[in-house]
Amino acid sequence: MPDFRAMFANSDFNVSEGFFPNINLQEKLNWAEEFIQNVLIPRLPEAVAAHFPVELGTTLVMFACAGIFVGVVPLLPLVLVLAERKVAARFQNRTGPMRVGPWGTLQTLADGIKLIFKEDFIPPQGDRLLFLLAPYVIFACSFAVFAAIPFSQNILVSDFNIGIFYIMAISSVIVMGVIMAGWSSNSKWSLLGSLRSAAQIVSYEIPLGLSILTVVMLVESLSMTEIVASQSNGVFSWLIFRTPFTFIAFFIFFISAIAEVNRTPFDLPEAESEIVAGFHTEYSGMRFALFFIAEYANMFAVSAIAVTLFLGGWEGALPGFDILGGMPGFVIKTLALVFLMMWLRWTLPRLRVDQLMNLCWKYFIPIAFFNILGTGIWGLIFPEDTLVSITISCTIIYSGLIAAYAIAGRVMAQKPAPQPS
Amino acid sequence: MEFTLKTFIFYGFALMTVSSALLVVTVRNIVHAAFSLMVTLFGIAGLYVFLQADFLAATQVIVYVGGILVLILFGVMMTSGRLEMPSQVKSHIERGQLLLGGAVALALFMLLLTVIANTPAWKNRIDDGTALPPTTERIGELILNGPFLLPFEVVSVLLLVALIGAALISRKEVRD
Repeated sequence: MPDFRAMFANSDFNVSEGFFPNINLQEKLNWAEEFIQNVLIPRLPEAVAAHFPVELGTTLVMFACAGIFVGVVPLLPLVLVLAERKVAARFQNRTGPMRVGPWGTLQTLADGIKLIFKEDFIPPQGDRLLFLLAPYVIFACSFAVFAAIPFSQNILVSDFNIGIFYIMAISSVIVMGVIMAGWSSNSKWSLLGSLRSAAQIVSYEIPLGLSILTVVMLVESLSMTEIVASQSNGVFSWLIFRTPFTFIAFFIFFISAIAEVNRTPFDLPEAESEIVAGFHTEYSGMRFALFFIAEYANMFAVSAIAVTLFLGGWEGALPGFDILGGMPGFVIKTLALVFLMMWLRWTLPRLRVDQLMNLCWKYFIPIAFFNILGTGIWGLIFPEDTLVSITISCTIIYSGLIAAYAIAGRVMAQKPAPQPS
Repeated sequence: MEFTLKTFIFYGFALMTVSSALLVVTVRNIVHAAFSLMVTLFGIAGLYVFLQADFLAATQVIVYVGGILVLILFGVMMTSGRLEMPSQVKSHIERGQLLLGGAVALALFMLLLTVIANTPAWKNRIDDGTALPPTTERIGELILNGPFLLPFEVVSVLLLVALIGAALISRKEVRD
């Protein structure tokens, strides 16, 4: 029995440890089967238990867990959409939605109900089959990413050996859904939007992957649990502060991630003033809602990945300081990054296409390669993390920040004031 | 044969791979064929997982689906106005082409069969259901510190040449 099991081996889903103490979590070969063997079957009547199909039951338990994820994760966008509208309102000195529920807290729910009852329009000239399939491709890929993210010490659906690489692979499939949607709509806006989006995502995947590589070099593993485990010694063991190069890599990763999820200032694929809404222009009703949910789920996912890779994952700021298995700390850190994304969206103007590609190919990729080289040299000089290496690293980061601030200030001061037209 | 969950899922992946591969060559619309190829490549990635090659499976998805297939679709959308293959195309195939194509296909098939028959890892793999050992370490050892160092370096130089060539062809003429 077999490899399929092995795929799910080490699945660390012992959130139920308190309730079902007889599951042997040390073996962890297959939590679903153990759940059935030790918890379910003893509680069934004898006649049923003798003929209980363990195989089928295992599958059903796995499906149920997937169901929990697919059921819970859409609640995130429900909160995030409202948060985005409120944040935007504060930035523009408005109040945002106020009518539905206290302070407008039920606004997204009302919008959701409206979207469900809207007509599901399919463009008659378009490609019907691909048009219907596209939202599901994007939705499924955005959710498959959550399978490898460790939310806390115990909540992790599957601990892959290749965790972070699996996430990269699955999220690169989202492009296919975008192209599918854009082409099948038979609309110029959609096609232009999807081509822009594909070019952007394919380009920014390179600096993203190279920044992840610096982390993988230091941890010497692709597994998400090992990456978190290597950051368990408080805030200064977080990979962002471990070397000056990972500090740069974090910013490259985060900016590329914003480009990956198509948000302002990189929202050319859905630039309202140019191409209406990009690849999902022709979608309405629930299918549009699926795109929307996927977008916000993606936003949360990339922030969660950034936190796991660079900001300690669910580990606390002090060694061993992880309340409730680290879940609250993880969510707070992730939401802080999500807020940063919203902040950037409502502050910065959109880039042009050529600026976008210049930024990626002429700045990010060379810097990312330099980071890899630097991390390698750093690893040769300091094979182990010691107090000395962390002190040196933090000193370099600190002085670098001060230098950057001074240089930026001088450059800003030299610029001529904008002329009134 | 014992029919377990594993065999069920294996045949699911096999059916997915073969049926979508058939669709790729029979469907008339090029874009449909490309998306059908996406399903095939996913199925192959699933089969790699059954061979305990998890890293290879993820590489398959990231390179073929996320990269090459996107490029194919870009090419199709930017070049051809008509996406349906004309139905008369069949009559243009001459007998000699058919023969040559058939011979190449047969040779490839024989090659694949011999590789399958001569791969010891498939036959001797111990199937005890324990956790997968990380394959990345072994692959890294073999490529960068073992017998495949030279082929790896040759391929990387080839890719660099291709990269420079592409940049040279596509850049604008600069006169000074």
